[in-house]
Amino acid sequence: MAPQRSQSARGYVAKVSLPALPPPIGTSGLIGWLRQNLFYNLTNSLMTIFTVVLLWLLVSSASGWFVIDAVMQAGSKQECLKIDSGACWAVIGKRIEQFMFGFYPEAERWRPLVCFLLLFVAIGPLLLPSFPARRQMLWFSAIYPVLTGVLLLGGAFGLPPVKTALFGGFMLTLIVGVTGIAASLPLGILLALGRQSKLLAVRTLSVMFIEFMRGVPLITLLFVASTMLNYFLPPGTHFDLLLRVLIMVTFFSAAYIAEVIRGGLQAIPAGQYEAAQSIGLNYWQTTRLVTLPQALKISIPGIVNTFIGLYKDTTLVIVIGLLDPLGIGRAALADANWNGLSNEIYLFVALFFFVSCFAMSRYSLWLEKRLATEHR
Amino acid sequence: MSYLNSMWRNEQSRGVLIQVFVLTGFFALFSWLIGNVISNFTSLNKGFGFDFLFLPAGYDINQTLIEYTNRSTHLRAAIVGLLNTFLVAAVGVALATLLGFVLGVARLSRNWLISKLAYIYIEFTRNVPVLLHILLWHGIIVNTMPHPRQALTIGEVLFLTNRGLYVPKPIAETGIGLVWLGVVAALFFSVGLARYSRARQRQSGLQWPVFRINLVIWILLPTLAFFLAGQPVSLNLPVLKGFNFRGGIQLPPEFVALTFALAIYTAAFIGEIVRAGIVAVDKGQREAAEAIGLKPGQVMNEVILPQARRIIIPPLTSQYLNLTKNSSLAIAIGYMDIVATLGGITLNQTGREMEAMLMVMGIYLIISLLISALMNWYNSRVRLVGR
Repeated sequence: MAPQRSQSARGYVAKVSLPALPPPIGTSGLIGWLRQNLFYNLTNSLMTIFTVVLLWLLVSSASGWFVIDAVMQAGSKQECLKIDSGACWAVIGKRIEQFMFGFYPEAERWRPLVCFLLLFVAIGPLLLPSFPARRQMLWFSAIYPVLTGVLLLGGAFGLPPVKTALFGGFMLTLIVGVTGIAASLPLGILLALGRQSKLLAVRTLSVMFIEFMRGVPLITLLFVASTMLNYFLPPGTHFDLLLRVLIMVTFFSAAYIAEVIRGGLQAIPAGQYEAAQSIGLNYWQTTRLVTLPQALKISIPGIVNTFIGLYKDTTLVIVIGLLDPLGIGRAALADANWNGLSNEIYLFVALFFFVSCFAMSRYSLWLEKRLATEHR
Repeated sequence: MSYLNSMWRNEQSRGVLIQVFVLTGFFALFSWLIGNVISNFTSLNKGFGFDFLFLPAGYDINQTLIEYTNRSTHLRAAIVGLLNTFLVAAVGVALATLLGFVLGVARLSRNWLISKLAYIYIEFTRNVPVLLHILLWHGIIVNTMPHPRQALTIGEVLFLTNRGLYVPKPIAETGIGLVWLGVVAALFFSVGLARYSRARQRQSGLQWPVFRINLVIWILLPTLAFFLAGQPVSLNLPVLKGFNFRGGIQLPPEFVALTFALAIYTAAFIGEIVRAGIVAVDKGQREAAEAIGLKPGQVMNEVILPQARRIIIPPLTSQYLNLTKNSSLAIAIGYMDIVATLGGITLNQTGREMEAMLMVMGIYLIISLLISALMNWYNSRVRLVGR
């Protein structure tokens, strides 16, 4: 509709405002999005097309191997090859119980399963502030480690004892990972405080411990735990291998946690310490009420990264003969029936680790956002 | 008693008391451990000493950078292992840096598809244990790569088989010195040109296309020397003879898998570090640089990167260190690095756990302390000086 023009000599004044024109085609909607994000100039259009072609080739060939030509049920690799040419996922199905529990006695497998389900009840109140009846449930979290220990090891309340050498599979990963995570945080905090201490002896010992642990590969520490630890203990001491591994993994990751938390402590303005001292708080009160909570909040991304690292590092226990999922997978590969199916087995284990580690990193992002209190 | 009580109430004397307690506890623990070791060693009739290093090793190593036979000493085997560790670390670091920077830039690309692909790659790679990467790649090479007879090849020069990667071996002939001279000359020229043109730009604002000139020089001088000296380099190509390749250099599957896996894994972390470093440079810096009319390349090279570098390099170095330490996982696939030689076969053959592990840990400790000292020096050099 054309606007009315004033006929007077005072010039042009529009009486009504024009309706907004639609944006030009190609700047909004799907086309606009494509233009802005995929085809905004020649080089990028070419890059996009090239990537799409490459991706198509990859997906079409990979989907054949992964899904279309894959075999889900067979007794051996030879049977798989007779049925189809793709992945032989049958090996996973045949060994899934081992992948989950290792060689834990079959009749007792409900015990790790119960522990696994209770794990969510135990960590839920720690991780989620909106957890129902959080205060009461935290008591459960506190007794959970003891409960798991009794359930898994047995030997009490009429449960038959199970040797730790039979532990394996994802169960072992979770045991080492969760114990390491739970134990290394307090130790790491103590080490970080020790490194920041005014007392020379405390500081030097903390620095020595941290630098030593961070300077050597975990694998050498595990070797020490498995072959040499007995020399350092009184003759005749027997000390469970899994426990030794747990201690080493905890020490190793505590050193990294300590460095992350030290970074957080150093980032806190000196005014916070001074203010705490001026209202008469002593060292432990200052630490507990003022500096540590702030330092921990800043350090969350680093702490979670260290935890993810620890969780992934649990795979190294295969080098000293424990049967985590990788160890179970390697045992399956040594079986003449499944010889050579390394891709299937390793990809399956990789999927497990990806899901758990990705979930952890998402949780840390969420927590960071929730705790962000500074002005933006 | 009251004297002790008053000492505890004074901050300074309390500090001294605590330290005395801590040190006493530490030395008590330490001497207890050492005492246990001594009593264990005497009851087992074991000695402590490094003379085993000079006994013949008696085992073969499939990849050696220096001359080694199974009659060489354990010490030489350890050195071979250490060199293998360094080789994996060096190649791995180079590959990881290259791939990591590409990933970091791709993550920031305006192209949605490319940035998403880089993101997916990074998430999938770094959330899977590095040991799994190593085993997976080793499995792929050993189980799914073809036999030498059906080798995958690039231009009949590179051959990938289930026995490893075969690459041509360059053989120097007389006159190679001239080529090296050409390379050195190109190096001097390019450094000199870069310095001079920088000084010139500071003074007059005029610029030269330094990169292009240097590129030409780098190609031209060595090529010229190469032909002047009568082509003193010949390539020994791998050739299929019977069931296997002869000639060239064979990179065993263990080496290829280990290097490749470490590079791919570490590249994901480096990609994130690079991205974070570039993002951390204040937006105003880019806008200001664009406002005074710098070209996109200059904005990146003169303004963004010098500032991003300060943020990128410390975590980058710790990734390099991680890669080096992760190379110790070689033992899982049988690559003979320092852990597999000195901490593996030598340890088992001689029964000297204590000495062998002390040496292995000492070597890694020295490497990482050296690198962190270097890092501290760098940090103090590039730190922003506050006013």
